[in-house]
Amino acid sequence: MTATSALLQLESVDQVYGAGQKRFTALEGISLTLADSTFVALLGPSGCGKSTLLRIATGLQRPTAGRVLYQDRPLAGVNPHATIVFQTFALFPWLTVQQNVEIALKARGVPASVRAGRAVDLLDRVGLDGFESAFPRELSGGMRQKVGFARAMAVEPELLCLDEPFSALDVLSADALRGELLELWFGGRIPARAILLVTHSIEEAVFMAERIVVMDKQPGRIVADLQVTLPQPRQRKSRPFLALVDRIYGILAGQTQPEQVEMGTAPGEPGPTRGLPDVTINNLAGVLEHLRELPQGRTDIYQLAGEFTVSSDEVLRLTEAVELLGMATIAEGDIILTPLGETYAEASILARKEIFASRIRRLPLFQWLIEILEQAEGRRLEWDDVLGTLESEFPAEEAEHQLETAVNWGRYAELLVYDDNSGMLFLELHPAEVDSKQPQ
Amino acid sequence: MIGSRRIFQSVIAARARFTWGDALALLIVSVLLYSGLRLAFELPAAIAGPEISTSPAALPWYALLSLARMGAAYFLSLVFTLVYGRLAARGERMGKLLLPLLDVLQSVPILSFLPVVLLSLSALVPQGLAAELASVVLIFTSQVWNMTFAWYQSLTTIPGQLREAADVFRFNGWLRFKVLELPFAAIGLVWNSIMSWAGGWFFLMAAEIFQVGSRDFRLRGLGSYLQEAANQGNITAIVWGLAALVAIIVGLDQLVWRPLLAWSDRFKLEMVKHEEPPTSWFYEVLAASRLRRWLRESVWRPTEERVDRFMVRRFPVRPSGPATVAAPSRLRLVLLAGPPAALLAYGGVRAVHLLTAVSSRQWLQIAFGTGATGLRVAIALALALAWTVPLGVAVGTNPRLARWLQPLVQIAASVPATALFPVFLLLVIGMPGGLNLAAVLLMLLGTQWYLLFNVIAGAMAIPQELSFSSDLLQLGRWQRWRTLILPALFPYIITGAITASGGAWNASIVAEQVEFGGRTHAVIGIGGLIARATALGDYPLLLAATLSMVLVVVTINRFLWRRLYRVAEERFRLE
Repeated sequence: MTATSALLQLESVDQVYGAGQKRFTALEGISLTLADSTFVALLGPSGCGKSTLLRIATGLQRPTAGRVLYQDRPLAGVNPHATIVFQTFALFPWLTVQQNVEIALKARGVPASVRAGRAVDLLDRVGLDGFESAFPRELSGGMRQKVGFARAMAVEPELLCLDEPFSALDVLSADALRGELLELWFGGRIPARAILLVTHSIEEAVFMAERIVVMDKQPGRIVADLQVTLPQPRQRKSRPFLALVDRIYGILAGQTQPEQVEMGTAPGEPGPTRGLPDVTINNLAGVLEHLRELPQGRTDIYQLAGEFTVSSDEVLRLTEAVELLGMATIAEGDIILTPLGETYAEASILARKEIFASRIRRLPLFQWLIEILEQAEGRRLEWDDVLGTLESEFPAEEAEHQLETAVNWGRYAELLVYDDNSGMLFLELHPAEVDSKQPQ
Repeated sequence: MIGSRRIFQSVIAARARFTWGDALALLIVSVLLYSGLRLAFELPAAIAGPEISTSPAALPWYALLSLARMGAAYFLSLVFTLVYGRLAARGERMGKLLLPLLDVLQSVPILSFLPVVLLSLSALVPQGLAAELASVVLIFTSQVWNMTFAWYQSLTTIPGQLREAADVFRFNGWLRFKVLELPFAAIGLVWNSIMSWAGGWFFLMAAEIFQVGSRDFRLRGLGSYLQEAANQGNITAIVWGLAALVAIIVGLDQLVWRPLLAWSDRFKLEMVKHEEPPTSWFYEVLAASRLRRWLRESVWRPTEERVDRFMVRRFPVRPSGPATVAAPSRLRLVLLAGPPAALLAYGGVRAVHLLTAVSSRQWLQIAFGTGATGLRVAIALALALAWTVPLGVAVGTNPRLARWLQPLVQIAASVPATALFPVFLLLVIGMPGGLNLAAVLLMLLGTQWYLLFNVIAGAMAIPQELSFSSDLLQLGRWQRWRTLILPALFPYIITGAITASGGAWNASIVAEQVEFGGRTHAVIGIGGLIARATALGDYPLLLAATLSMVLVVVTINRFLWRRLYRVAEERFRLE
């Protein structure tokens, strides 16, 4: 085998689900080359298809189009040289810690005598000596994930894939585990040629990786590819660190576009429908109130994440929402409160509802929803029917999310009513209409 | 132990519409029944079975025979379950046919299988053996369906990441089965095995004495002993038989099922402990024994290692992996599906032809019979609800009451109602409408426990905070029931009622026509009709009545129970 520097190559990979009208592109034109001995992070907001990409890279899933080459050979089936550390650990609850590690070796036909020694050694390496005979349910989340790491390393993979391995852990355990992983990697104690980390946390990517591949959604695609030259161990509060975080926020949050571009088109019309970011009204109001307190109502988006101690994913969804409603604009990784946003933040509860209602009435998705409800018999429609139409615009699961968010927002704005008993959606009657319908 | 909700959950898929799979399933079952009946025409005219002794001295031997039959049938069920469930879970297209087929099969009453099973076996093996095997297969048909559903359900609900872990770590079929699928299904399989054994005991009498036309088959066993004793009106023998039956059931519970439950607790998927784990004294004795430790270390472990190694070497993971599933070409599909389809079509035509032999008077009987049985099922269900809901709530919300009542209820529930049936008959047969009453009573006895256990589980699951806040709100008794207790119980009641209603329909074939004291008593009903058609060898009527019953039961399941179940899941589930 020639010693090329490319371990893994993805060549214009597409992933498409469904067919005909309900056809959705999850990944589009992904080309990516992974070199030997690097730690690469695949970063993107939820729904950008980064986990799908990981599954394609390991051969768990076959792409609709494009090629996957491993050491210059097309991948057929699951890549025997790759392994995954899972978000939910994926340990077998009925096996002990040691058995969980050993089973990976057993599947490869390693004899019992060798297995036990190797498992104990690996468990020792991740700091789990003494826990060999414990069951996973007896361990904390962080310790369970250590078993996950030990199991993955047991098969001596060339490509170690980490699928959001820290996101199911509490903040402290995640931090500790990140540090320990880096220590093992830079100490050469992880028997792998490359690590591919999938994450939605910007900070995590900048903290750990030597290279960050940034993805965005609708459709899932690569939007940036950055080398991180900061020395290890990295200081989260250092200026270059924060500058890079800021830059990536800038890439992902984008720039506020002219309104037609920003809002997209209504369902059923040509052009993409802009989805509603999945946020709650409370959080949205919280962001605006926070911005109002700041000089010029302006701040770096990454600082927002720090202030609220929420994930970068959530912050990006919130900024997207306030931007969509015209209550803030985004430029160069900064978020700036608009006069409208300021009015909202200062308004009373009822006035807020009115502002909110007037804003969402401008969104094509709501305009469409209101229009079809007005035309419907009895001005009401079944949830399932509306959902069915939305499904030609979004994948089934996403359509459900969209409708749920729309109903939540519409309920708050007192535009929509949803009756769970009958499964019917209808327009909220305005006081004038109520009077005219029921003369007292 | 009653806390686990999955215990008495019968399987109800989410879809409620009829699909082509349903139609095909119905066709397949009709053709199957038809072919069996067709064979029946060729059988010798009269067969007499062995004499059944009612002496208590015969009981140990008889009990052993019955136990062996049950065991063989259970083994058969297990094999069928593993194969069929796997096939159904494998592909979407397979599942679309195999699941409705299972749904239809489980609503075919046990006696309707009899001619099919018996006569096709008689064609292959000597008469005595055929009867023996037929009995085993009949018991099998009363045990197997819920187990298959449970296995299928657990195969399709294995968490995605565990599945992917098995792929990434290159488990072959054997390791996947042993390390992932079987452990994941273990708890459900054990609970369903317990249910299946209860179902087997319920139909044991029907499976050990059966008549097809003038051919009378009897097998020595506990069921036939009880039947014979009832026939002779021999109270002493009935009591002896019952005692033996209860002894066996309690013994099995203590020595087999309880230990299995305690052992299978390790296969819980939840990463945190919450419920009280099931316990078993016998399991603890076993676990502590030196013999077991020796067996495990010196016999089990090395054997396991050797088997695993052999399997891993012999069946390596195919290099193509899971991502490549080639769609079969159209031509191959036609070649593969063509002959069975043609055969099926032919069988369907013949079955319809056989049905034309059913007179309009008989069709009328079937219609009336279905109505009458439906009414009985409804009454039995209403009666069961009327007493299980108050009692279940009392037990579920009052730990002190639960402590001494639960063991009693469990023993009462373990006695198969059919065994008690003769005693009840003795009491009520003289009364006006005696058998009608007895039939409802048998349905009630056979099905009320599903309801009771579910109500208890539901009452125990009512969150404390909700109880407290209804205290604080000073809700009156009726208001409390209406706003808290009944809505909270709803999903549990529906779950129990689905199982109960299915069981009641099936019980009608032993409830509506009975041999007692040397005479045949019968009431109008579809079950009675099926029993009579079997006994008289009126095959067209048997086919017509069976298909009608299957159709009615499947329709009720789809249009009533599934809907209620969905409402229960969506609206009344307390998270």
